[in-house]
Amino acid sequence: MKYFHESVETMPVEKLRELQSEKLRKQVKHVYDHVPFYRAKMDEKGVKPEDIRSVDDLRLLPFLSKADLRDCYPFGLLAVPKGDCVRIQSTSGTTGRRVVAFYTQHDVDLWEECCARALVAAGADNEDVVQVAYGYGLFTGGAGLNGGSHKLGCLTLPMSSGNTDRQIQFMMDLGATVLCCTPSYAAYIAEAMHERGIKPEDNPLKAGIFGAEPWTEEMRQAIEKGLGIKAYDIYGLTEISGPGVSFECQEQQGMHVNEDHFVVEIIDPDTGEVLPEGSRGELVFTSLDKEAFPLLRYRTRDICVLSRKKCSCGRTFIRMTKPMGRSDDMLIIRGVNVFPSQIETVLLNEGYAPNYQIVVDRVNNTDTFDVLVEMTEDKFTDTVSGVTEQEKALQGAMKSMLGINPAVHLVTPHTIARSEGKAVRVVDKRKLVSDSQWKG
Amino acid sequence: MALKQITVLVNNQKGALVDITETLAEKGVNIRALSIADTERFGILRLIVSDNEKAVEAVRGMGCLIQETEVVGVKIGDAPGKLSGALKVLNDAGINIEYLYAFCTRTVRHAYMVLRVADNAQAERALEAAGYHLITDADVNKL
Repeated sequence: MKYFHESVETMPVEKLRELQSEKLRKQVKHVYDHVPFYRAKMDEKGVKPEDIRSVDDLRLLPFLSKADLRDCYPFGLLAVPKGDCVRIQSTSGTTGRRVVAFYTQHDVDLWEECCARALVAAGADNEDVVQVAYGYGLFTGGAGLNGGSHKLGCLTLPMSSGNTDRQIQFMMDLGATVLCCTPSYAAYIAEAMHERGIKPEDNPLKAGIFGAEPWTEEMRQAIEKGLGIKAYDIYGLTEISGPGVSFECQEQQGMHVNEDHFVVEIIDPDTGEVLPEGSRGELVFTSLDKEAFPLLRYRTRDICVLSRKKCSCGRTFIRMTKPMGRSDDMLIIRGVNVFPSQIETVLLNEGYAPNYQIVVDRVNNTDTFDVLVEMTEDKFTDTVSGVTEQEKALQGAMKSMLGINPAVHLVTPHTIARSEGKAVRVVDKRKLVSDSQWKG
Repeated sequence: MALKQITVLVNNQKGALVDITETLAEKGVNIRALSIADTERFGILRLIVSDNEKAVEAVRGMGCLIQETEVVGVKIGDAPGKLSGALKVLNDAGINIEYLYAFCTRTVRHAYMVLRVADNAQAERALEAAGYHLITDADVNKL
């Protein structure tokens, strides 16, 4: 099995554009008619649905930002009656920035097909046993790959993340052939298996699909060696559907965007100008046929490069690099989106001054996440146990805000590094993606 | 009635203690007793000094975090077994000690212990009931 949906995945580029244009015309009308927020935005720009005749006219439409999504929470961008929806998914518990995406059954099917295509591109067919070790629940990772695996007809192990002993036992006992999880968890599983004396050639896995956080080529090699598999990248975001917006094929040279469902553009993050293929810029997606939560020109803040160069896998879908960075200050730590402003909010809520520093590193392929906070006169206590309790309380508050646990360290005032008078808020020691990596 | 301790947040850095003690010396503040607790990232310096007001002003002027903390000061005899006797009183009353340090002076044949518990008043009542004499800032100034 080479493709899940051969006729679209290998569709000649010209035909693909026609298909996109046809879907776009319908989508813009659907959105204009059903979402007052968009209608207002388009009216403001003086654009009518009939102005959009092909994908070339996409640039006439206004952008949509994460802030717009926040302002429209929860139902403001819903384009169908609530009764027509069957599911929500949500971004990782980021209060104030939470995004809730809605799905009709059609939208779920479309998303799951995208994931099924990713599985086939990684060499899977319906004989495979797919171990899904992404978190289940609001997070799209578990739901997406679970659905894709069903669609392909694979025996699906809905493991969710964690409980590594059980992951390894089920993998070995049930003969899992494809592992789906975050790359850091894959590396962790590989290490745990090594510790238990299980050699890479002794596990039944042949491939893995790893995403939801940035990872390097070096990490790919480490995982491939550690598990004795081929490791494939997958990209997606809850706003657009979830994992499977783009996926890697056997060439492992960038991720093919499912262009029959999503139009991708690269823009200059400062001017909003659309850049030609091959330029480095911010990734923007338009959802062509989602019904419930159809975003037009959504700015991802991910910095990428696109390539239309022919791929030897036969797919005609455009390829994107792994995100090389962000055009905002968002950090992705252990697969979770973290904004420095959230840390600031917690500190102010808890009665601290907003003097802090986030230190992120990657040790043994797992992200470390430390937050240094300057002690204040009000909070200063004379006992060590008091300090420990304060650190724990802050850690708890940050965990409930972010969804992941930082190690909080109270420090003396004025010890956090300042650069030209301005405190250095984020120290990211992870070296993830280099420009030279892109050979697309 | 309480004894007031000066608590200073100290950077885990070479020379930090020198700076603080030098500043106190310049202001003519005499240190009667001290203890340091260290956490992962900093130290908590606890001081019993001759003049709290001067000490607080001087150290705060250095940009350090400083606080006056109420502690329990107890006069105990300067002889073997005197400290354990006082501690036994607290133990019998079910009082847990957060931290403790002790000092003696050359002029009087007495030793003193300084301690901090969750409920200082409870410890003070227990010690007084057992016949111990509590000391205050005024007592320290006279030493």
